[in-house]
Amino acid sequence: MKSAVLVEGVTKKFKTVTALSNVSLKISEGELFGIIGADGAGKTTLFRILCTLMLADEGRAEVLGLDSLKDYRGIRSRIGYMPGRFSLYTDLSVEENLKFFATVFNTTVEENYELIADIYTQLEPFKKRMAGQLSGGMKQKLALCCALIHRPDLLLLDEPTTGVDAVSRREFWQMLGRLKEQEITILVSTPYMDEASLCDRVAFLQDGTILAVDTPAGITGLFTAPLFAVRANDKHKLLTHLRSYPHAGSVYAFGSTVHYADSRSSISTEEIEAYLLDSELQDIKIEKIEPGIEDTFMALMKTDKENLHE
Amino acid sequence: MSEPVIHTEELTRTFGEFRAVDGISFSVGAGEVFGFLGANGAGKTTAMKMLTGLLLPTSGKATVAGFDVFSETESIKRNIGYMSQRFSLYDDLTARENIRFFGGIYGLSSSIIKEKSEALLSSLDLIAVADSRISDLPLGWKQKLAFSVALLHEPKIVFLDEPTGGVDPLTRRRFWDMIYEAADKGVTVFVTTHYMDEAEYCDRVSIMVNGRIAALDTPMAMKSSFGVTTMDELFIRLVRPTAGDGI
Amino acid sequence: MKEWSSFVGFVVKEFYHIFRDRRTAAILFGMPVIQLLLFGYAIRNEIQEVKIGIADLSRDAVSQAITDKLLSSGTFVLIKNLQSPAEIEGAFRSGAMSEAIVFEPASGKEIQREGSMDIQVITDGSDPNVSRIVTGYTASVVRDYLSEAATTIGAPKGVVPVPLMMFNPGLKSVYLFVPGLMALILMLVSALMTSISITREKESGTMEVLLVSSLRPIQIIVGKVVPYFLLSFINVVSILVIASLVFGVPCRGSVVLLMAESLLFIITALSLGMFISTITGSQQVAMMISLGGLLLPTILLSGFIFPVASMPLPLQVISNVIPAKWYLIIVRAIMLKGASFAVLWQETLVLAVMTVVLIGASLRNFSERLQ
Repeated sequence: MKSAVLVEGVTKKFKTVTALSNVSLKISEGELFGIIGADGAGKTTLFRILCTLMLADEGRAEVLGLDSLKDYRGIRSRIGYMPGRFSLYTDLSVEENLKFFATVFNTTVEENYELIADIYTQLEPFKKRMAGQLSGGMKQKLALCCALIHRPDLLLLDEPTTGVDAVSRREFWQMLGRLKEQEITILVSTPYMDEASLCDRVAFLQDGTILAVDTPAGITGLFTAPLFAVRANDKHKLLTHLRSYPHAGSVYAFGSTVHYADSRSSISTEEIEAYLLDSELQDIKIEKIEPGIEDTFMALMKTDKENLHE
Repeated sequence: MSEPVIHTEELTRTFGEFRAVDGISFSVGAGEVFGFLGANGAGKTTAMKMLTGLLLPTSGKATVAGFDVFSETESIKRNIGYMSQRFSLYDDLTARENIRFFGGIYGLSSSIIKEKSEALLSSLDLIAVADSRISDLPLGWKQKLAFSVALLHEPKIVFLDEPTGGVDPLTRRRFWDMIYEAADKGVTVFVTTHYMDEAEYCDRVSIMVNGRIAALDTPMAMKSSFGVTTMDELFIRLVRPTAGDGI
Repeated sequence: MKEWSSFVGFVVKEFYHIFRDRRTAAILFGMPVIQLLLFGYAIRNEIQEVKIGIADLSRDAVSQAITDKLLSSGTFVLIKNLQSPAEIEGAFRSGAMSEAIVFEPASGKEIQREGSMDIQVITDGSDPNVSRIVTGYTASVVRDYLSEAATTIGAPKGVVPVPLMMFNPGLKSVYLFVPGLMALILMLVSALMTSISITREKESGTMEVLLVSSLRPIQIIVGKVVPYFLLSFINVVSILVIASLVFGVPCRGSVVLLMAESLLFIITALSLGMFISTITGSQQVAMMISLGGLLLPTILLSGFIFPVASMPLPLQVISNVIPAKWYLIIVRAIMLKGASFAVLWQETLVLAVMTVVLIGASLRNFSERLQ
């Protein structure tokens, strides 16, 4: 399959900070690819290099088969870009924003309406409202419509779901799923780990370095230690107790449970339970579980940091 | 529950015809970690502004730290801490200068500020970077400091407005460790978040939908009464019917 | 064709921005009118009802005649008859009067005998502007008297200059302010507003999307500039209309030439605004540069209020790079002196060169990428 995005050894520095260091990536056509990382990991810098708004200090990037340095005009006309802050004109109405972005991309709303129809129908009742007065979820939908209006081959979405509530986020990902069926390659960045499982493949980005690139299943496969979900009546006490267990690997709160990874390769739930029963904890429940994306990310982050410190 | 630290009865705020907060009633006890959830535009921010004395309610009753939100907003401001992801510390001041500044606006005397800032910096392990600008610190450190600064004047309640947005999962969990520590010391924590797993870390959560409180309980009880297994499902169940026409 | 329609779409959007922000729109259109009325009515250089004290130690027909003439001019009001010059300082200190005139003893006889006389004019120097004007008025009244009296008392010796203020015989300050005001307002509307509107897009992140769109950088720049060009032109016309109808400021030269020169100056100001926006990233900085770097020099160094010729040499040199200085010379020459292009081509050339340099610099600076 042809690659829609090819990044080879890209490094970018800002004064003293290294935003990206030797990043390489290959994204196939038609893929829904996620860049997962926290604020300051380098996601936005990577996006800006891909949409030709920034030049890499080292390395090269190819977008839709075009060189990001020489063919930047060609790339610009074929990508849809949604920057991190939902770049809309707050003093223009929903309708005016859409119309404006259609005209600056040399097209009309009617020409590609079917592509955005699914999303825009939700905005239609508010089309006279100023974009500044929309809720976060609505703004995000409008920004997506604006990025799609010229039917791009590649969609670059930089943190489209940050600050948006859980329902709007879920709806947004459903939309991305439907766009993928239209054979649009989508590159999306997010700080939310749970969104990673909705991508075909993901890359973990931390401090400008890619920690891992794989399918969600492949990523969780990197987590090898036995993992347990533990519950008890007092979660805070449970956390401190598990952390002082001599065999403890990682101990993190996960929703209503605590995820406990053991440093030994084989261990039974009974052993952990026996340890916890010595404490004053009650209603202890231990269950062996499969690691999730977030478990793996934290484990990778940790080993990466430890390697750095050595 | 002892004397509630936050208590509201039919608290309402309207903007013209629009009822942003539509008669909410709830109580939060001392040392409780209270999660305040809701979709964008459900009225969370408006409610939070009323409770922190920044916005006058239209009707209803509410007391925060024993003070009335209509008549004693100044006393409220002196007895609460506030931190948000967007505004918490001044980027162009150093850690020490930030502590001094916020100690000053909370009305602490300069000798107390001096004493406290040294204690704070050493307990946070920030002595070495105390005189570098906040903008040069990693996000996780900034957050720890911001939270500690919000607690500097020993408030009874601390309001946290999406304190962990965009933060990596490790740092997020370390932050929650700090929240628990504060709660153990008796500080009431009132927190909003978009991370549903964080909702489960709270002692009790409320979910606002269209200006009203649609559910309020411990995460466990709430899940079982709605017959769902995760907070995510629960949240979507509550918000879904109106999600399409949210403001 | 499509290129054109996307450009038109861009310009339409700019107009939405301008008119949606009511406060800015009100300032843009209200400011010229308000400023003109302010300068026209409130801020004047003409002096009226100057409080004077007279110490007439001569007490003869001549001193009496001069006193009568002074008081009948309407400019002076007699507050105090001073018995001796010693009283002057106290009266100044209390602020009771702003000028004292002392006729030396026997000055009437002196003028008949020697053809000259001494009149001492003392003013309150703590307000140098008023002092200078008052002294000038007094002197001209005395000169008038002398030339009228020349026939009856015999011609005084020496030559008495009879000044005539050409082009503005009444020395009306409105004549002075209208051209300056035009320069000021064009600077404000064109340079400040353009630089702010471009940096606003940088701040909100929309510039990123525009750069990635099919719009060429030149289309973005021109699209930003066109609305303010039109607005500035409307402002020029409205200032001229008000100046002529309300204050009777004449336009003795060619109106077409005046308009053409104004268009040139608008373009200069717009390219300045563009240049500012290419070297700044935030609205705040753009505003500071425009206000501190453009408006103040326009007011202080262009000759709008303080004559360039009376500035110290370094400031005179600096004033040459201020576009408003050249525009002021042009406008005053056309409106008041009826000058033609033949006399003004040098000033016009200076403005044109400035514009070309600024446009070149902004095009070079305007990056198709983010810094």
